[in-house]
Amino acid sequence: MLLSLVTFLPTLGALALLLLRGDDAASRRNAKWIAFATTVITFVASLFILGRFDAANPGFQLVEDREWLLGLRYKLGVDGISVLFVLLTTFLMPLVIASAWDVEHRLKEYMIAFLLLETLMIGVFVALDLVLFYLFFEGSLIPMFLIIGIWGGSNRIYAAFKFFLYTFLGSLFMLVAMVVMFAQAGTTDIPTLMAFDFSTAPFNILNIQVVGGLQTMLFIAFFASFAVKMPMWPVHTWLPDAHVQAPTAGSVVLAAILLKMGGYGFLRFSLPMFPVGSEVMAPLVLWLSAIAVVYGSLVALVQTDMKKLVAYSSVAHMGFVTMGIFAANQQGVDGAVFQMLSHGFISGALFLIVGVIYDRMHTREIAAYGGLMNRMPAYAAVFLLFTMGNVGLPGTSGFVGEFLTMAGTFQVNTWVVAVACTGVILSASYALWLYRRVALGPLVNTALRGITDMTGREKAIFAPLVVMTILLGVYPSLVTDIVGPAAEAMLVPVHEAQAAFGVEPQVAQVEEGAAE
Amino acid sequence: MSTIILFAPLVGALVCGFGWRLIGEAAACWLATALLGLAAVLSWAVFLGLGPETQHVELLRWIQSGTLDSAWSIRLDRLTAIMLIVINTVSALVHLYSVGYMAHDENFHHGESYRPRFFAYLSLFTFAMLMLVTGDNLLQIFFGWEGVGLASYLLIGFYFRKPSANAAQIKAFVVNRVGDFAFLLGIFALYFLTDSIRLDDIFAAVGELATTQITFAWSTFNAAELVAFLLFFGAMGKSAQLFLHTWLPDAMEGPTPVSALIHAATMVTAGVFLLCRMSPLYEVAPYAKNFILYVGAATAFFAATVGLVQNDIKRVIAYSTCSQLGYMFVAAGAGIYGAAMFHLFTHAFFKAMLFLGAGSVIHATHHEQDMRNYGGLRKHIPYTFWAMVIGTLAITGVGIPLTYIGFAGFLSKDAIIETAWASGNGFAFWALVIAACFTAFYSWRLIFLTFFGAPRWGQAEHAHDPHAFVPADATGSAPLVGTEATPHGHDDHGHHHVPHESPAVMLIPLGVLALGAVFAGMIWHNQFFGDHARMVSFFGMPEHHAEESSEARAGDGEPEPIAEAGATPAEAADEHGAASEAAPEEATAVPGEEANPLVPELGGAIAMNEASNEVLEAAHASPAWVKVSPFLAMLIGTALAYLFYIRRPDLPGRIAATNRPLYEFLLNKWYFDEIYDFVFVRPAVAIGRFLWRRGDGTVIDGTINGVAMGIVPTLTRAVNRAQSGYVFHYAFAMVIGIALILTWFTITGGAE
Repeated sequence: MLLSLVTFLPTLGALALLLLRGDDAASRRNAKWIAFATTVITFVASLFILGRFDAANPGFQLVEDREWLLGLRYKLGVDGISVLFVLLTTFLMPLVIASAWDVEHRLKEYMIAFLLLETLMIGVFVALDLVLFYLFFEGSLIPMFLIIGIWGGSNRIYAAFKFFLYTFLGSLFMLVAMVVMFAQAGTTDIPTLMAFDFSTAPFNILNIQVVGGLQTMLFIAFFASFAVKMPMWPVHTWLPDAHVQAPTAGSVVLAAILLKMGGYGFLRFSLPMFPVGSEVMAPLVLWLSAIAVVYGSLVALVQTDMKKLVAYSSVAHMGFVTMGIFAANQQGVDGAVFQMLSHGFISGALFLIVGVIYDRMHTREIAAYGGLMNRMPAYAAVFLLFTMGNVGLPGTSGFVGEFLTMAGTFQVNTWVVAVACTGVILSASYALWLYRRVALGPLVNTALRGITDMTGREKAIFAPLVVMTILLGVYPSLVTDIVGPAAEAMLVPVHEAQAAFGVEPQVAQVEEGAAE
Repeated sequence: MSTIILFAPLVGALVCGFGWRLIGEAAACWLATALLGLAAVLSWAVFLGLGPETQHVELLRWIQSGTLDSAWSIRLDRLTAIMLIVINTVSALVHLYSVGYMAHDENFHHGESYRPRFFAYLSLFTFAMLMLVTGDNLLQIFFGWEGVGLASYLLIGFYFRKPSANAAQIKAFVVNRVGDFAFLLGIFALYFLTDSIRLDDIFAAVGELATTQITFAWSTFNAAELVAFLLFFGAMGKSAQLFLHTWLPDAMEGPTPVSALIHAATMVTAGVFLLCRMSPLYEVAPYAKNFILYVGAATAFFAATVGLVQNDIKRVIAYSTCSQLGYMFVAAGAGIYGAAMFHLFTHAFFKAMLFLGAGSVIHATHHEQDMRNYGGLRKHIPYTFWAMVIGTLAITGVGIPLTYIGFAGFLSKDAIIETAWASGNGFAFWALVIAACFTAFYSWRLIFLTFFGAPRWGQAEHAHDPHAFVPADATGSAPLVGTEATPHGHDDHGHHHVPHESPAVMLIPLGVLALGAVFAGMIWHNQFFGDHARMVSFFGMPEHHAEESSEARAGDGEPEPIAEAGATPAEAADEHGAASEAAPEEATAVPGEEANPLVPELGGAIAMNEASNEVLEAAHASPAWVKVSPFLAMLIGTALAYLFYIRRPDLPGRIAATNRPLYEFLLNKWYFDEIYDFVFVRPAVAIGRFLWRRGDGTVIDGTINGVAMGIVPTLTRAVNRAQSGYVFHYAFAMVIGIALILTWFTITGGAE
């Protein structure tokens, strides 16, 4: 019951907002407070999930399973991998609502969109039925599409459609794959599917032999959907456009939570359900990840728009996630989950940081700024912290994920790590350069003379993010203690299936005693 | 006690960073200074009372994932203790000095609060550095490693309005990250190979590593060599060795106390510390050691040549630092980690003093850093003058040849030069001797140009940096120091100042450091290098090994420069190959303990194998000409400097004019910056732009938009007509789709 409650509480809030009449200042204030209170209550309720969650138990917990329409089942549950994403969502949503405090245009609808989005996002992470998952996964597109398309920037229609069509087309393949899975396994129950052995017998398509057979095909179909969502190189180009056009709050949700659905999907479906397909495709995925890191960083280096720069840095950071997942070992998976959570805080904060000055100056051009430390010391300090988090400085949460994913991948493919590790140099370059151009130096632009430092509301939004970034950097066991057992339990059958298939597990070779 | 030492600076940093509004600026600064003083006193207590065994204190769990297990912890042995006293002593003195130095700073507005921020950064740096040296696993060392990088970044850019400082801070961080890239790969490789990143586990496995091959990227390597190389590349970045040195001179953009603490005494020596910390690993990696020897020697020589012609007083000392770090690496590369630590230890005192002295000069001349605008300052700032002279005597290595009486640098630098000779590497030996000559030249050049001759500050109209915000009247800002004798206002820009001596808070640190510069060498020479038995007990190395070794060597008449048991890489590799053939592959838990002569005995703060011990013996027994050579080189350098800058001040200009290309080459620091800009920076930006415009724009979007999304314009038009309607169409379509699927499921009944 608890999971349903947390999932649908925001919807209740949205319904309450629907009843609200009028568009005067008082009703706008009410709308904001209702939305904010709803998200806070949801967050508090989600803490009970964490309280009742037993980290030592690697299985699904708090499971709800009841009859639904047409013989389908309504099944929810969380395990060590998904529970923290639920909390990430509920933790961030109050901050997102607070960051949209000064929106004037159709505020009530804006809040409704975010509340519905929250329900759908939580639903993605708790759904334990294929159809239910698909509904939530696809449904989350709609509010986001509206947020970009209605409250976005000047070129919002193009961006909204690009976002929509990229992700939607990817999902079509997933839908087909889901039908095939149902036909094979006869169930849409996710835990059952995770235990089901999909056929790996090779077959031919157009005279090309498909190694891993059906599993590989299913893997590719799911991959098409999740890779776009992540987004992985080379299907990432919707992300910068969507970010640039989205309003600040939309960007935060997009970067911090929506992207994580891709990574979560890989962990929930691709790896455990199609271990052989994963193994067959892993070299490709690892290389795409390494390319994403380098490519995203290099492109970020030359951006002139702050949001685009942060968006490309997200592409680079998500590269570490996919790399860790398909290294398919304990450090890789732990690191991938950690990186996703940490990126939720850090990239969310970075978009908020852009939003703070965008609200004041109405431009995201880097060249329009410079020397903000002169007028906004608190802002500069917060910006610096998250810049360092983005750079992956040890002691911030950004480091732990990068370190673990690379340590995990090193055991599988040293080349990929050597390439991805250049990300530590490149990320320092683009992030510090951005910081220099925005915050340091003399205050040249006279328009900035009157700019004011962060307000109390803005500081209050950043405070929880600052705390989480440092807390997770210093004591990452908060996360790894929960993720670790679940990841381990997931990986054991994966490795067994891969061993049974007889694909040589790719391991960098070590020869004992073979001195030259 | 070690916990207090570790966290006192952090408390100071937090109070200065966030709590100063509550207790006031001056109180916060003094509190941070006092906490550092406490840490320094406790460090000396730890150092003097240290037992032979290594202590471990675990504080908190850190990154844990599967077998990868790390914790916040303290490892306390001799190596840590040495670093503790170096860091905390210098840091405490620099804090104290900064109270005076930062009292007024014309880079900031009147009334702008910058002092607590400065002290917060200094204390933060100290904390990070302490985390580095107390690390019990590689990850914590890396935390400290990057943490000092952050503090260095913040402090170099402390004058955040200066574009040159902004550029320098980024350069420092990014170049360091190049080293860190390799360091990280080294950690990954070690974890992969030994399934642990704890130092003790790694040390226990070095015998195995020496006989393991690993496929890394394009080729197959010996595991120990690969890891040793990767970690050394990390050390090169932090310690500004050749090719990764370019950030250090630019780092002089930071306030001078920062240069003394970070870019002379502590942070830049972290690379040397890392090598000594990982000594068991380096002992089984002869190729890597040999490489270190060459890089160290080349850096010592290169930096000394550039130091000859620089005109900025801080840049001269910066290149000097770079050069002296090269000396330390030579010692480490030869396997004499004691000598490396010895020079690190003495260098910290005299180099910090030289920087603080330079700071005092700069303070006295109102932020003038060009030595061409000094001259004749001896009479105006006598204490500073004498401190600088003592520092120069120490760095140039003045002492009585063939005895152990002399300034600190005399003992430690000569120890390294003897080591270089004993290692049998002629290049290293001669490079260091010539560098010693250059060292003497540029050090005395600095003294002569600054303190002797006719005052040039009276004549030259020296341009002050046109700061964006020159305070109209800074004299009103509350002075942090009451003891200041001549409160000087900065309202008299454009006039010629009469240089004035610095306040007592700045002179006391100079005095304390002077004591170290004079006596540190003589007091600890035997423990670090001079006496094998005392060195063994000092570093807690296993006892019997050394006795046996010294007995064995006692009979050897003529010391050979090349120790026969495999000091040269080629021989060592042969031995190593033979040994691994002899050893059955999965024979014992500690393979090669007996069979592989490269594997050192563990247990001490540093480890030295047979070959390294023989180099040490050879260094002790080096002939008189070797021992005297650095002294002679120093005399030549000093004499030349005297000739050039006291007797014939016209000579330097004439020589520069006749050797224009060479002079330009040196003045432009061998054109490293220009080459790097051309080879790395511009291409990176160009590639980024290309990928963005062509890759993202033309190829990806072009293809996908063009082919698959040709329908977008149509849809857009449709939407313009019914904007929100479209989404409901979509939702409707989705529902219908699901309904169809469900129907199909029901009809087919699934697979059941």
